[in-house]
Amino acid sequence: MLEVSNLACSRGDHRLFSGLNFALHPGQIMQVQGANGSGKTSLLRMLCGFMMPDEGTINWCGGNTRDLEEDYYAEVLYLGHLNAIKDELSALENLLISAGLSGVELDEKEALVALRRMGLRGRERLPTKVLSQGQRRRVALARLLVSDARLWILDEPLTALDVGAVALIQELMAEHLARQGMVIFTTHQPLQVDGVEMRSLSLS
Amino acid sequence: MMVATGMKKSSMLDLLVLVIRRDLVLAMRRRADVLTTLIFFVMVVSLFPLGVGPEMNMLRKMAAGVLWVAALLSSMLSLGRLFSADYLDGTLEQMMLAPQSLSMLVLGKMAAHWMVSGLPLVLMAPVLGLQFDMPVQALGVLIIGLLLGTPVLSMVGAIGAALTLGLRGGGVLLSLLVLPLCIPVLIFGTGAVEAVSTGLSAVSHLSLLGALLVFALVFTPWVTAQALRISME
Repeated sequence: MLEVSNLACSRGDHRLFSGLNFALHPGQIMQVQGANGSGKTSLLRMLCGFMMPDEGTINWCGGNTRDLEEDYYAEVLYLGHLNAIKDELSALENLLISAGLSGVELDEKEALVALRRMGLRGRERLPTKVLSQGQRRRVALARLLVSDARLWILDEPLTALDVGAVALIQELMAEHLARQGMVIFTTHQPLQVDGVEMRSLSLS
Repeated sequence: MMVATGMKKSSMLDLLVLVIRRDLVLAMRRRADVLTTLIFFVMVVSLFPLGVGPEMNMLRKMAAGVLWVAALLSSMLSLGRLFSADYLDGTLEQMMLAPQSLSMLVLGKMAAHWMVSGLPLVLMAPVLGLQFDMPVQALGVLIIGLLLGTPVLSMVGAIGAALTLGLRGGGVLLSLLVLPLCIPVLIFGTGAVEAVSTGLSAVSHLSLLGALLVFALVFTPWVTAQALRISME
């Protein structure tokens, strides 16, 4: 489980938040809320270890994430504002590579199944530069299907997605939580996951 | 969940191979970038005989220096792109979350960078050396020197590329950071050819280049990984 204690973050001279405490247990989902510029993305990037907190600690199953390093990273799936897909590569190649980078060896069949479930049938082998913004987001989101990470950290996962894709993401989150996974995410759109209590964290 | 079963964990070596293959595929799809480095190298080297005149003795004397300096400069050309594309599209964030050490991924990127921008120069060098009427023995030493030295240029350059990541006008800063560090490679590389053309043995120079290569292999991936983490903050 993820435990955050007394976390503080500043950007330049500006203190975004301080004294932040929360814990996320298996099977729980938490939405980080706050106005633009309130530090939602900074918080998520801190949880990924991209940024050093000014104060406080982030613990994973009892150990500090700073010390756990790769053991912790193996449990994390992060999806940020950037899709991390290459224009020159096809959707299939992109998925195989990003799965490979996260330590999962995937064969082509599994990757195709995942892409088709994301609604990309017939687009699997096209270079992603010819895909629309929403389709590219779907390629990035296909990583959710092939990852065995326990903690999902999703920064605005719903941007550029249509109604059908949003429903699919909700379904994936529900499946992940049912497997005792954890999700922490930000969004400005309404998002409901059936049968699970949505916890929320307000940054102000 | 359909694919959750039968997934295999990849080892460090798998990851290294994956990164190298990925970068090579990307380089093949953006062939213009690769050719720029090579064409720059060929042009700079070919302009010298035209500029300084066709006096054979002088050309023979300056050949190694010209080839090495041109190799150094053309390797600078492609360094800026080493991490910037991955940084801009978010892949670098994903690499930092890889379950293996970031140094390993960095080593893979360095290796791919050398194959794309260093190795073609090494292969091209004998042809260009002939323009300068280099004796065969000196050519041989030049090639061995470049084979040992150009990977060092890629690896040391990667540190600079990581430190200047995301900076505006980072290109100039990158050269200022990296070029002084590459001077030993230049000195031993040209020294080896010099030695062999004056009838001495080039072994000492080449072994020093080899030592630099080993030293770079051990330290630069780790240093670059740390620099990347700093740049990502």
